[in-house]
Amino acid sequence: MLWEIDIHPLPGLQDHEARRVAGVAAEMGIGHNLSIHSARGFLLESDSLDAAQVSRLASELFADGTVERPVVAKVGDINLVAPPQDNGATLLQVLLKPGVMDPVAQSAEAAVRDFGFSVTALRTLRKYWIAGAEQEQLSEISNRILANDAIEQTAIGPLPFDRLQLGSEYQFLLQNVALKDLDEAGLMRLSREGQLYLQLAEMQTIQKYFAELGREPTDIELETLAQTWSEHCSHKTLAGRIAYRDEKGERQFNNMLKETIFAATTELRERWGNNDWCVSVFRDNAGIVRFTDEFNICFKVETHNHPSALEPYGGANTGIGGVIRDTIGTGMGAKPICNTDVFCFAPPDTPSNELPPGVLNPRQVMRGVVSGVRDYGNRMGIPTINGAVYFDPRYLGNPLVYCGNVGLIPVDKSFKQVQPNDLIVSVGGRTGRDGIHGATFSSAELTHESESLSGGAVQIGNAVEEKKVLDVLLAIRDRGLYTAITDCGAGGFSSAVGEMGEEIGAEVWLDRAPVKYAGLSYTEIWISEAQERMVLSVPPQSWDEFHALCEAEGVEATVIGKFAPTGRLLLKYGEHVVGDLEMDLLHKGRPPVIRSANFSPQAVQDIELPKLGNNLTNDLYRILGSYNVASKEWIIRQYDHEVQGGSVVKPLVGTQLDGPGDAAIVRPVLSSRRGVVISCGMNPRYGDLDTYHMATSAIDEAMRNCVAVGADPSRIALLDNFCWGDCEKSETLGSLVRAALACHDLSLVLETPFISGKDSLNNEFSYFDESGNKQTIAIPPSLLISAMGQIADVSLAVTMDLKHTDSLLYLVGTTKDELGGSHFALIHDLKGGQVPQVDPIMAKQTFAALHQAISQGVVRSCHDLSEGGLAVAAAEICFAGDIGAEIVLDKIPTHETLSPVKLLFSESNTRFLCEVRPDQSAAFEAALSNVPHACIGRTQAEQRLEIVDQPSGTSWINTELSALKAAWKEPLAW
Amino acid sequence: MTQPRIMILRAPGTNCDVETAHAFQLAGGLPEVFHLNRLLESPELATEYQILCLPGGFSYGDDVAAGRIYGNQIRHHLADAMREFREEGKLILGICNGFQVLIKSGLLDTDDSQGPAASLTWNDSGKFIDRWVSLQTSGDHCVFLQGISSLVLPIAHAEGKFVVRDDEWLNRFEENGQLVLRYADTGEMPSPYNPNGAAADVAGMCDSTGRVFGLMPHPERFVDFTQHPQWTRLSERGEGQGLAMFRNAVRYFS
Repeated sequence: MLWEIDIHPLPGLQDHEARRVAGVAAEMGIGHNLSIHSARGFLLESDSLDAAQVSRLASELFADGTVERPVVAKVGDINLVAPPQDNGATLLQVLLKPGVMDPVAQSAEAAVRDFGFSVTALRTLRKYWIAGAEQEQLSEISNRILANDAIEQTAIGPLPFDRLQLGSEYQFLLQNVALKDLDEAGLMRLSREGQLYLQLAEMQTIQKYFAELGREPTDIELETLAQTWSEHCSHKTLAGRIAYRDEKGERQFNNMLKETIFAATTELRERWGNNDWCVSVFRDNAGIVRFTDEFNICFKVETHNHPSALEPYGGANTGIGGVIRDTIGTGMGAKPICNTDVFCFAPPDTPSNELPPGVLNPRQVMRGVVSGVRDYGNRMGIPTINGAVYFDPRYLGNPLVYCGNVGLIPVDKSFKQVQPNDLIVSVGGRTGRDGIHGATFSSAELTHESESLSGGAVQIGNAVEEKKVLDVLLAIRDRGLYTAITDCGAGGFSSAVGEMGEEIGAEVWLDRAPVKYAGLSYTEIWISEAQERMVLSVPPQSWDEFHALCEAEGVEATVIGKFAPTGRLLLKYGEHVVGDLEMDLLHKGRPPVIRSANFSPQAVQDIELPKLGNNLTNDLYRILGSYNVASKEWIIRQYDHEVQGGSVVKPLVGTQLDGPGDAAIVRPVLSSRRGVVISCGMNPRYGDLDTYHMATSAIDEAMRNCVAVGADPSRIALLDNFCWGDCEKSETLGSLVRAALACHDLSLVLETPFISGKDSLNNEFSYFDESGNKQTIAIPPSLLISAMGQIADVSLAVTMDLKHTDSLLYLVGTTKDELGGSHFALIHDLKGGQVPQVDPIMAKQTFAALHQAISQGVVRSCHDLSEGGLAVAAAEICFAGDIGAEIVLDKIPTHETLSPVKLLFSESNTRFLCEVRPDQSAAFEAALSNVPHACIGRTQAEQRLEIVDQPSGTSWINTELSALKAAWKEPLAW
Repeated sequence: MTQPRIMILRAPGTNCDVETAHAFQLAGGLPEVFHLNRLLESPELATEYQILCLPGGFSYGDDVAAGRIYGNQIRHHLADAMREFREEGKLILGICNGFQVLIKSGLLDTDDSQGPAASLTWNDSGKFIDRWVSLQTSGDHCVFLQGISSLVLPIAHAEGKFVVRDDEWLNRFEENGQLVLRYADTGEMPSPYNPNGAAADVAGMCDSTGRVFGLMPHPERFVDFTQHPQWTRLSERGEGQGLAMFRNAVRYFS
């Protein structure tokens, strides 16, 4: 028997979902006068439930009588499809495809049982009655707004079924793959069509290995190798052999990352000797550094680009869920204390009719990604305190979603070590068909067919399952009941068990793994990337206590094998051996990837400035209103940035709590005054000119943001995240190596270590245009630098909003002729110009001097200069504090005479705008004595920003703060 | 002075238990974080405690409706234990999701034969909101608000809009002195002053005894001056305004 309970808003009350859909439809130009009514539905399959019981569930569980009205009937009943108003509306019903995670259904099923009722299956659905739309409009609304084909299906009119699919029993059948006789073309076809995405040399290595064994591989053996050798899991390109050539000549790398970024950290740690404050770098799921005598802190930023392109909500949702598991799986398990999220999208005003086939509207992508991060981060109880959004048309087919998480871990829990014969234990969510081929898929280029090809790579997360796992595992950790832990991410059990057993060996009993539904093959169980699962190694004698603690909190824990000291990976299903591989083949057998990389620097073109009048106020409006600079309050307010109770500097500051803070600060230990400072830096536009300077600028920006709020520059740790195009193209790879060299160089001078990183390559999108020609969009080089700083006493922190009238305004740092890649160039569409560079030694001195001034308490407010230069920074500190300012250009520290345009809008690095009280100016100047700085103006009661140059007395910027703020807030005030 | 023992009840998805325990500790109480399953197994455990606190979070993911599944568990398994707890003159506090649970479990005297006459539902914006609000109290009926006339606190919720079946019930709650905490247009925090569109600006309510109290804002998120969103502009130092509620609860047993 299949019952349905529909929940309608009471007449006259808000129908939020209908309003949302109508809004998006109007925005996309699909329909403007639609009348939409929505309802939430629940399908209950049960042989025992009677009408009275279902009605009781409707009123006591599903509907809120004060605002909602339930409709209860058996599926097929006319009352379930009849339009609420008699307006001839068409009914569209949206359901998740079978097997897609449905957390609400899971919770509801348990809640129904809590009534003492029995139910065999429960599913949710969404219903929309739409009137005033033609057939074509309806299908547009259905396909582009209501349902994403990657995870959902739509029914027009009544439901086409009267029972819920429950999956059928799996019949074991061992699958061998015929490799022996395949030629090169055959191997590559198998690699592509089997979604292995291995290269020819790799396929040949596998072919040879099994030929020597005198047998064919099983499907699970081939899949295991594909997972382990995938770009996503092994980072074979950047950790591989690269022949690099640039203007300085040629250089051979055996392991590019190891010889650049890692090498710098290693050298710094040697330099520091006993004062080395790094704990574990580039080895665990996250990098770990010292915090207090009791605790270390760890930091990891991941990307989840390909899934987010196909299904923005689920992609971002599982992206943040995944990086949180990295923290939980670091050392013996860290407690997540804050999130940071950085996104790259195409401009949200891109017209729908200009979208290539298979590409979602950027506005929808942005909404979906933000909701996905919000719903997971908020439910986990982890404050999202930092982020940024960058817009560029080249992110159209490949939006970027960087999700970061910081963890707090006891000093004595920072390392793990699997012991021989420990049990392999899976904890958390059940294994389903979701996420098959996510790891190998992320090695492939997206195409207009990707959705149908790899829909399985798209998933929805279940945050509360992960929260339960986190809560119980931290308790178990402190009882010392396991020896190692890692997360189940890309590659699922295959990579988690493969990594943990690398040194010892492992035997896995796949039939023991708990599954969401019947019918999974042994291979699906092994490579499924179902969310919310952790893998632990548990000594046999600890298992009973371990299991009891999990059971007490309703968390499933299952033994799926043991780390048998054989040096082999033995996979069994019941009594059948389905896979048997040497660990060495998995981890050392991959043939080296050899790539060539070229970088030829472009000569700096003079930037041709347009004809400009003697008033640049309008240019300032336009830069403030450009998407990269504009207020992101619409996003920030949807994130809980205060949960855990340690919030010190929030993302939005000032008199109206809407000013753009430079970095956020939290106190992870509530009884301590010590704070963690999180910020980031990125500027893809500079990369179009020179990725070396793009990288140093990003590092400088991340450091500036950190130092501006009071972080100690000698205790800042960095992460690198490279998102690039197809690195088999030597120019593309060359621009990446160039950026990695910059990270190495600057890290050494600033004495700022990189502690972890991640790369996502192949971010290119290809499609066929109307005339049938293949078009490819590659993203711009996108290096995100994330900074984790520390502040000894948070009560010394500083924010960017002006605090007083009649204060002195100091500009710290030198302004240079650097408009290349600037936002002034962007709004005027200017090519060329000198890209901002970093003077490393001066940067180190400047950060140290400014930190000294802030620590002495002589800086009332401080803001770094970034996109839009001095003019934008001045506008922001003024409208954030509701205090005006007058600034004189002539006093700005420079090496040469610069025009007002360059003084106002140049984006030179290592610059800060500081507010200082007159009676503290002597102390401030003393602290800054060995770095460039000058008093360039005063704050004033009048709510205006005026920037003049003397002696001419020309007033280049002269306007009311309210107008500046309006220009800045309008574009993304959704 | 006798230190009351506080049971901080943690369900799957609860996530403000640690900072709430910290606040009670600062106020001089003896908090202990408990998993709901333990209380469901043995409800008598509650008798050992003087204060029961349901902290914020997303119990059961807010699936179906915020606080609904947890609230039903109380109705189905803990009704007697809760009634005794209240009749013994003890205190119950629900913060944010805890308030959603209290109102849906009937512990705030909002039910009649037709079911609950008051609830918390989706914000007018249809979205989760994190922002600071100005609040004013009314009457001296509620133990937790003694001596507090106004304060600022953060809200962080998606389903925090207070709704009542009809005006008759609104008046009844008013006359019973249950509507003790309201969003107020004092200009201390940026507008809108009532961000979720709550009926009669209600941010928190108590039961008829004044000893059971639920509120959407988070007092545990303002127990130290550095948690104020504008502390770098202000001269005040020391404790935050939210701590007074926890002190009141602890002092009640001294």
